[in-house]
Amino acid sequence: MSREPDAARARAREIALRVGNRFVEAAVLVGEAGGTTTMTVPRDHAIPILEALRVAGFDYLVDVTAHDTLKLEEPGEERFCVHWIVHAYGLDARIHVRAWVPEDDPRVETASVLWKAALWGERECYDMYGIEFDGHPDLRRILMPEDFGAFPLRKDYPLKGRGERDNFPVITRDKA
Amino acid sequence: MSEQSSGMRLQPLGPSGDLSDEELLKHNIFITKADDLINWARRSSVWPMTFGLACCAIEMMATGASRTDIDRFGSGPFRATPRQADLMIVAGTVTHKMAPRVKRLYDQMPEPKYVIAMGACVCRGGPYHKFGYHVVKGVDLIVPVDVYVPGCPPRPEALLEGVFRIQDKIRRERTLYYDGQRRLTRPAPNPRLEGHAGNWANGFDVEGADAPKSAGFIGWLREFLFEGHGDDHGHGHDDGHGH
Repeated sequence: MSREPDAARARAREIALRVGNRFVEAAVLVGEAGGTTTMTVPRDHAIPILEALRVAGFDYLVDVTAHDTLKLEEPGEERFCVHWIVHAYGLDARIHVRAWVPEDDPRVETASVLWKAALWGERECYDMYGIEFDGHPDLRRILMPEDFGAFPLRKDYPLKGRGERDNFPVITRDKA
Repeated sequence: MSEQSSGMRLQPLGPSGDLSDEELLKHNIFITKADDLINWARRSSVWPMTFGLACCAIEMMATGASRTDIDRFGSGPFRATPRQADLMIVAGTVTHKMAPRVKRLYDQMPEPKYVIAMGACVCRGGPYHKFGYHVVKGVDLIVPVDVYVPGCPPRPEALLEGVFRIQDKIRRERTLYYDGQRRLTRPAPNPRLEGHAGNWANGFDVEGADAPKSAGFIGWLREFLFEGHGDDHGHGHDDGHGH
């Protein structure tokens, strides 16, 4: 099997198109971004499509993450976009699955039934962006303190004003 | 053997009468102040606690290695438990999630205890000072710091110098006689860590953060012990001990 990047990209694109054709009602948009094949799918169809990719040989979930289009010049369909990056070791192919998620209802189905690797990735995505993954067995914050009442990678999270040094008294030996 | 010892007159074991200093020294006796002796012992065995939180820990390990051998100054034994440590070298970025653990470990150390803030992150937040949503902007917001060692990361010599400054501090201490200068390291209640919850969402407002008081017998005991006596210097108390 060839290890040339162009061939790998072509394979990924072919699989993406085939899987997209199987979900006609989902109107999957196959494209390319930064050299990686992308599939933009409706969030209701994300898990069936990911399952089809899993069956097609994409055995490795690289990452589950999201991005926030709040302050972008070119806004997306919705505010958030959830990303699943899947990789097929046997095919040497990689596909980037994306789904738009609205701000007022930021939830998608969990992918942890397909890849156990999604458990922590979804927890991190929830921690940073507040996107809830339905069906996740243990959706808690993973990096921030449990009582941290915000999602710090959202673009409306203030850059200043939280946790700054001037807000607190310094503990010195005299006072301690 | 026996004839020899029986024929010998036994010398008294210790010196007797008034002997000069030189004579005393011949008997391995010297006279000093108790504080000097205690401080000598303490500053010669400042045992640090293993506390590597980030990249500064690598330099801390280098300080223990052969080039700058921290063992020469008695600070070699890095203890894996706060109960056996005298010095907490906070080496590395203290995140908000780590902060309660740092405080708890500090509280678990026996007196007398010292803290070195190693590195820019620990001193003031370092590169995270302005926009880091997850970093405590200086560990001195959590525990009292004796010596700040700036640098990113500080060189091993710098950390060694920090240990020397700790030794200088110990040299000045009084143990037997309380002159008001004796350092008491029990920290004042920190509104940040009391209860620890609730302060994150409202922008870490100290004024807005009411330290919750524990109810029941423990609360009464605390009040009786620590708050009822205005003169008590140990007014500070913490919830790190798990009453």
